[in-house]
Amino acid sequence: MKPSDLAALIDEPACTHNLKSKSGCARPKPGAAAGGCAFDGAQIALLPIADVAHIVHGPISCAGNAWDNRGARSTGPTLYKLGLTTDLGEQDVIMGRGEKRLFHAIKQVVDSHAPAAVFVYSTCVTALIGDDLEAVCKAAAQRWGVPVIPIDSAGFFGSKNLGNRIAGEAMLKYVIGGREPEPPPVDPARPALRVHDINLIGEYNIAGELWHTLPLFDELGLRVLCALSGDARFREIQTMHRAEVNMVVCSRAMLNVARKLKERYGAPWFEGSFYGIRDVSAALRDFARLLDDPDLHARTEALIAREEARIHAELAPWRERLRGKRALLYTGGVKSWSIVAALQDLGLTVVATGTKKSTEEDKARIRELMGEDAQMIDDGNPRGLLDLARANQADILIAGGRNMYTALKARLPFLDVNQEREHGYAGYRGMATLARQLVRALENPVWDAVRRPAPWTATPETTHG
Amino acid sequence: MAEIVRRNKPLSVSPLKTSQPLGASLAVLGLDRSIPLLHGAQGCTAFAKVFFVRHFREPIPLQTTALDQISSIMGADDSLLEGLSTVCEKHRPAAVGLLTTGLTETQGADIHRVLKIFRERHPEFRAIRIVPVNTPDFDGGLESGFAAAVRAMIEHWTPSVAASGVRPGRRPRQINVLCGPSLTPGDLEALKELIESFDLHPLLLPDLSDSLDGHLATDEFSPLTTGGTPVAAFAALGDAAATLVIGASLYPAAERLAQRTGTPLHRFDHLWGLEANDRLIMTLAGIAGCRVPARLERQRAQLQDAMLDTHFLLGQARLAIAADADLLHAACALGVEIGAEIVAAVTSCRAAVLEHIPVAQVHIGDLEDLEQLAQRNEAELLLGNSHMADMAQRLTLPLLRMGFPLYDQIGAYRRTWIGYRGSRQTLFDLANGLLGAHQQPVTPYHSLYSPKPDHRPEEHGHETATASMDRHGWH
Repeated sequence: MKPSDLAALIDEPACTHNLKSKSGCARPKPGAAAGGCAFDGAQIALLPIADVAHIVHGPISCAGNAWDNRGARSTGPTLYKLGLTTDLGEQDVIMGRGEKRLFHAIKQVVDSHAPAAVFVYSTCVTALIGDDLEAVCKAAAQRWGVPVIPIDSAGFFGSKNLGNRIAGEAMLKYVIGGREPEPPPVDPARPALRVHDINLIGEYNIAGELWHTLPLFDELGLRVLCALSGDARFREIQTMHRAEVNMVVCSRAMLNVARKLKERYGAPWFEGSFYGIRDVSAALRDFARLLDDPDLHARTEALIAREEARIHAELAPWRERLRGKRALLYTGGVKSWSIVAALQDLGLTVVATGTKKSTEEDKARIRELMGEDAQMIDDGNPRGLLDLARANQADILIAGGRNMYTALKARLPFLDVNQEREHGYAGYRGMATLARQLVRALENPVWDAVRRPAPWTATPETTHG
Repeated sequence: MAEIVRRNKPLSVSPLKTSQPLGASLAVLGLDRSIPLLHGAQGCTAFAKVFFVRHFREPIPLQTTALDQISSIMGADDSLLEGLSTVCEKHRPAAVGLLTTGLTETQGADIHRVLKIFRERHPEFRAIRIVPVNTPDFDGGLESGFAAAVRAMIEHWTPSVAASGVRPGRRPRQINVLCGPSLTPGDLEALKELIESFDLHPLLLPDLSDSLDGHLATDEFSPLTTGGTPVAAFAALGDAAATLVIGASLYPAAERLAQRTGTPLHRFDHLWGLEANDRLIMTLAGIAGCRVPARLERQRAQLQDAMLDTHFLLGQARLAIAADADLLHAACALGVEIGAEIVAAVTSCRAAVLEHIPVAQVHIGDLEDLEQLAQRNEAELLLGNSHMADMAQRLTLPLLRMGFPLYDQIGAYRRTWIGYRGSRQTLFDLANGLLGAHQQPVTPYHSLYSPKPDHRPEEHGHETATASMDRHGWH
């Protein structure tokens, strides 16, 4: 990737990080860094595309240590779950045989799996030795008659966030606009319904949570042309340019896709979240507003009224059990406020929220939800999180998987809200799941058991509580 | 003597292999108050961390020098110096494993030179042990990375006889045990107990059973390992009565130790099955100079009994096995001992021990290779890591989980495989897997001339006895 292209991606104008001097994409500190690399980010963003063969071009670490470790679900193909790598050896690196191996690797996967397309991810080593990814992909596509897309994603390019953008950029450059969508299927019950096309950008269908929101869109007559990239197919991504409205879901990282779709095709976009009753309703209203269809508007309001009444009734007994519980939330970016809203909807008090990757806009939303003196955590080192939890008498830590053992080893209940989790919390129905999981974590008798010192120890140990 | 069949396709599909930095990190995690520092991009560390967190279900100390575009191209010595001093300053570890990656090896980083500069600049960190290990991920795999780290620890931290006055046998009850990565925390616990039953004191190196056994410590949080071999123990390795080494991948490291200290060396490829454990017990009895404890005699008799109970099922049972070399060797040896047929043996990369594995062929390859071999050779049982779960479902075969990674069963990482008792349990589980999956021996026949009065011809197609794999805790 050319330095100027990379700089342009880092300077994504729609990202409010870049308006401030302290950037969320700042250079990590050697010896005290956490999180993945650009390759990691690019893969996260695209791996859920189910009918694509995802080839990692590099030595074994990048794929061998990491394949099949994400929770994105598919309704059909399982090709995306296969670990595919050129697994370069020392001789390949020294003798420059990487390109040749890649070319034949593409043939192998085309022959054995007939993928809708092949995505090839470059890694640190293949970038450093100068393998010409774009040329190999172009030659292979011509030779084998299958789209082969280069994703120039060497890990050392930067952070996971940057990797997300690199992935989005590759979709814009090589895939989007490649095909026109078919006319939408007609619902025999509502043959006259005007159907609108939309995209969900940054929705990965973790634990299948897209399936909580899709029925709502169906009911409203909104066709999701493509969720980038949860349960997506290659041919769906090709049609993304035809959406009338784009929603950037819970992930600022692929803003570049939304912004450029507007620039090139004029489709407006908004940022939203499917976590929490208020946010789901707000997202649906945003669609109705931007689509400017009075009938849709009326139907949206009716749906929201019905769903909110239903979920409020369903949540009533759970709210009773969760009332007054205190949560410490530590997660990134948009989730720093979107989950706050969800937790407040359930009657919890959020004592502090993480803002490491948040923008000023995110922080404004946090203040709106939690009050002017909302506690924000910039540096989520484990020790600090635990001290904060104790100082605020938090009953539970809600964070990403990497902090799970921070909580558990401190005998503090924990709920995972990041991409490795096993439960879908999106949509109205996701709220019931969230409530159930919270109660399950908080009310378990093990917390007493694990805090109890051995009866033969003279002085009881200090434990959390 | 096995024929080694090399990889002959350009694309690795469902890789079995994991990387050298991963293996070296694992070895470092077996030291007390330690942290591995990977010299590379952030992802090298992030992926390794997620890998081990999922496997052990424990927090994993691991740091990175976080190379960016500039340091990748212009040289990363400054990143390395900064990374080392940050880790030393922040966490005051007892030991740091300084490990390279594919990125820094391709770049040509010289970690040994940079470490010297670090030592000159930072005398305040003198007490912190730092072991530099070259672990390019385009060479070898988990096992060789682990072995390289153990060997480097010995070379850097074990004083020679001449230099320090250690003397083999000065601590007559101490036994050094070099433990390869095929041994689980549960294996290591069993091995310690076994050695202690001879009134000997085992010094495990590295000791994952003390750091990653999954225990709830009193301290809430530690950025370092909370157990493992104390680095101080290296000074006394030369005083031991003997050194045992488990796993052929560690033989070069063990030989270095024997050379430096003169302690007698006893090599064990693995500790699965009757024969291997008999040899271990005889060795320990010889070192301790005492009778074999009655408890062990009983355990041996129990294993023999289990061999009888399971041989009906396991005799000629068709096993397909995928694992790194040492573990593959162990599983194949146990299979052969019980009369099973190894119809597919796949390993991740080249190793000296492969040709000694008691099978006709060992394939260096991936899990796709294993699946094809298993299908072609009509395997009945699979042994390997969690990545094989989907394959087991496709082939409707039971899978006994072993190796790395194990993420889809709780506690699988600590299962005990070795010793008489571990071997017995393995035989039981293998046999139960077959029992659950077993087909009816003879298809029912409905006679034309002597039809049963209750038989209706349209029911004729008999239900195939599908593998009920949940029945015995199998999946």
